[in-house]
Amino acid sequence: MSKRLFVVFAALMVVGMVLTACGPAGPSYECTDSIGCVTYGPEEPVRLASALVISGPNTDLGVDSQNGVEIAIDFKGDIAGHAIELQAEDDGCSAEGGQAAGQKIVSDPTIVGIIGTSCSGAGVPLSKVMSDAGYSMVSPSNTSPALTNPDSAWNPGYYRTAHNDKVQGKAMADFAFEVLGVTTAAAIHDGDPYTEGLARVFADNFEALGGTIVEFTAVNTGDTDMRPVLTAVAAAGPPELIYYPVFTAEGGFLTKQAKEVAGLEETILAAADGMISPAAVEAVGEAGEGMYFSGPDLGFENELYNTFLETHLEKYGTEPLSVFHAHAFDATNMILSCVEEVGVVDGEYLHVGRQALRDCLDATSGYDGITGTLTCNEYGDCADPQITVSQLTAGEYEVVWP
Amino acid sequence: MQERIKQIDFLGLILWVFRTAIIVAMLWGTIATVMDNPYSAKAWTDTIVAGIAQGSLYALIAIGYTLVYGVLFMINFAHGEFFMSGIMTATIFIAQPMSASGYLDRHPIIGLLIIAVVTMLVSIGIAILTERVAYRPLRGAPRLVPLITAIGASFFWQYFFQGLYGSEVKPFPQTDILTGKINIGGVEILKTQVIVIIVTVLMLIGLYFFVVKTKTGKSIRAAAENKDVARLMGIDVDRAITLTFTMGAAMAGIAGVLYALVFRQIHFFMGFFPGIKAFTAAVLGGIGSIPGAALGGLFLGIFESVGPGLFLEGLGVPSPHQLKDVIAFTMLVLVLIFRPQGILGEALAEEKA
Repeated sequence: MSKRLFVVFAALMVVGMVLTACGPAGPSYECTDSIGCVTYGPEEPVRLASALVISGPNTDLGVDSQNGVEIAIDFKGDIAGHAIELQAEDDGCSAEGGQAAGQKIVSDPTIVGIIGTSCSGAGVPLSKVMSDAGYSMVSPSNTSPALTNPDSAWNPGYYRTAHNDKVQGKAMADFAFEVLGVTTAAAIHDGDPYTEGLARVFADNFEALGGTIVEFTAVNTGDTDMRPVLTAVAAAGPPELIYYPVFTAEGGFLTKQAKEVAGLEETILAAADGMISPAAVEAVGEAGEGMYFSGPDLGFENELYNTFLETHLEKYGTEPLSVFHAHAFDATNMILSCVEEVGVVDGEYLHVGRQALRDCLDATSGYDGITGTLTCNEYGDCADPQITVSQLTAGEYEVVWP
Repeated sequence: MQERIKQIDFLGLILWVFRTAIIVAMLWGTIATVMDNPYSAKAWTDTIVAGIAQGSLYALIAIGYTLVYGVLFMINFAHGEFFMSGIMTATIFIAQPMSASGYLDRHPIIGLLIIAVVTMLVSIGIAILTERVAYRPLRGAPRLVPLITAIGASFFWQYFFQGLYGSEVKPFPQTDILTGKINIGGVEILKTQVIVIIVTVLMLIGLYFFVVKTKTGKSIRAAAENKDVARLMGIDVDRAITLTFTMGAAMAGIAGVLYALVFRQIHFFMGFFPGIKAFTAAVLGGIGSIPGAALGGLFLGIFESVGPGLFLEGLGVPSPHQLKDVIAFTMLVLVLIFRPQGILGEALAEEKA
């Protein structure tokens, strides 16, 4: 090495050392988490993402949950002096929407946790994408049994505060067979994991009780003319009850057209929580009068829920739009309290280990939320499921069971 | 040369195997269904009538595709949005207030006529605006350019109306005189379906005579034949094209009203699928031909409605109604293999193809 080059190097080294010494004290924390850490610098907010359906005919469902998330963030305020920021994405209530939202979220390394998705159909791809990237998600309203079934669509890092449809489908079957006293029923789904799973659980439980499923069939998302499929249902029975746990648009068409198909005039119609919203009441119109809906029990008897409702009215000027706002509130709090618990405060820095966050969520036990006492099992089912059946009376959902 | 013959034979063989397989599957399914006989005669007639009603809507929308294609040789993918825009606007500003005030129940016929007129005017307005702003400046451009523009226009209108009226599903009011069924020759048919079928037939006949018998119709046909010669003969080609869009949009508007009467539920995205289906119907019937569009629509509607029960049920396919789109598009492929020009289409000249 020539002398001149050596001098240049030495000078550079000296300058480098001086610069390092003068710069701000770098993070002395060393991340030992097996799937990495999120580090928030001074003044940087802790970032959460939501992936809920905030467009299209099921907007009410997603916006309702998003309001719950925002209220939870407001209540929490900050974590170790770091504000909390929400990045809202749209799950589109479809597999494509879930995939797109997932890709967008995992491309942002400052996001620590995800609240979503609204729809199970969107949850399947998003769960895979976020799990592979080391993120954690808590869904307020995914209810498909597949999502917490390790042989099906479960991935590490997936949790939910919504009930598993194993419970909802069984509740509806119990109600139909024991309370309404029907012995024949049909089930219609639209191919989405949520609707298919729920229809399947209902059919299995109804048969186990001794009832007969005369037809188990499906429509297509986007269909408008339901008469052929309803005619097939009528020809197979006709059943005393039809359960179609689908979404607003298809559910509206099914409800209106069922009354016009020969043989189904007297059939009892029943749907599920995907159709408990003001938009669904509008969509079913007069034809929906007297139909039944299974869904989570909103008769939460706690002070926290009253405070929540007051805040909701103050902040958004309305009552909640759908049924999963409280689940979203609890989901957000689960993530935030775990971030607080496992977060390492290092001066003005906050480090959160991604595996540590998952371990903390896994260990959630006896957590008091609005929706009940939450305890996660090993596949992320954390809900304390209370299912009710409501009846649509004069445009209002009235709880009739239990 | 030798190689080429071999290649054609190979391709021909594949096509032959393909269509034979479809036909065998269809026959097999039909025979199995008929043997098993799960549906009563009444169920079949109900399904067929539902199919005719749905097909009539496709036919009315398909007219718009076929007319525009006949004159401009472009596929106007924004046509489904002309269908949506009219009935969305009329429902929100006319039908819902009229229903709320009770006017629609007191004067149902006048009320429905007002709704129909407003729907058509809005549809026509949107169509003329789209033509003027998005298509006319591109008149001389290569054929792919207006096609892409049309897709863009379609998205624009969808999200424009979503922004304007909101994204939730909106109910269309029910009128008492159209509720229930009437008995025609021993078959009970929903009144709304009867209205759909009658109105469609009248509109199609009216349109056919307008295009074939009137002078204005003649100017449109002349523009379709050869724009340069038409211009030399003193025909205002731009006016003829605007007229073509107007007629197509008027038909789409009427289809919108009928759709609302039958399904009583509308939405900003409602034009997309019927648009695609009607385009399929237009191709099926032979694009550029008005009777072809009508026939194609009817054919598609009936196959969609009857197909799952008739072909798939017999084959033991679970939840066959989920696959009705598969049936519809298989039909399209099958027809196009046998008659590439569509059912009533004439073999297209080099220039039009």
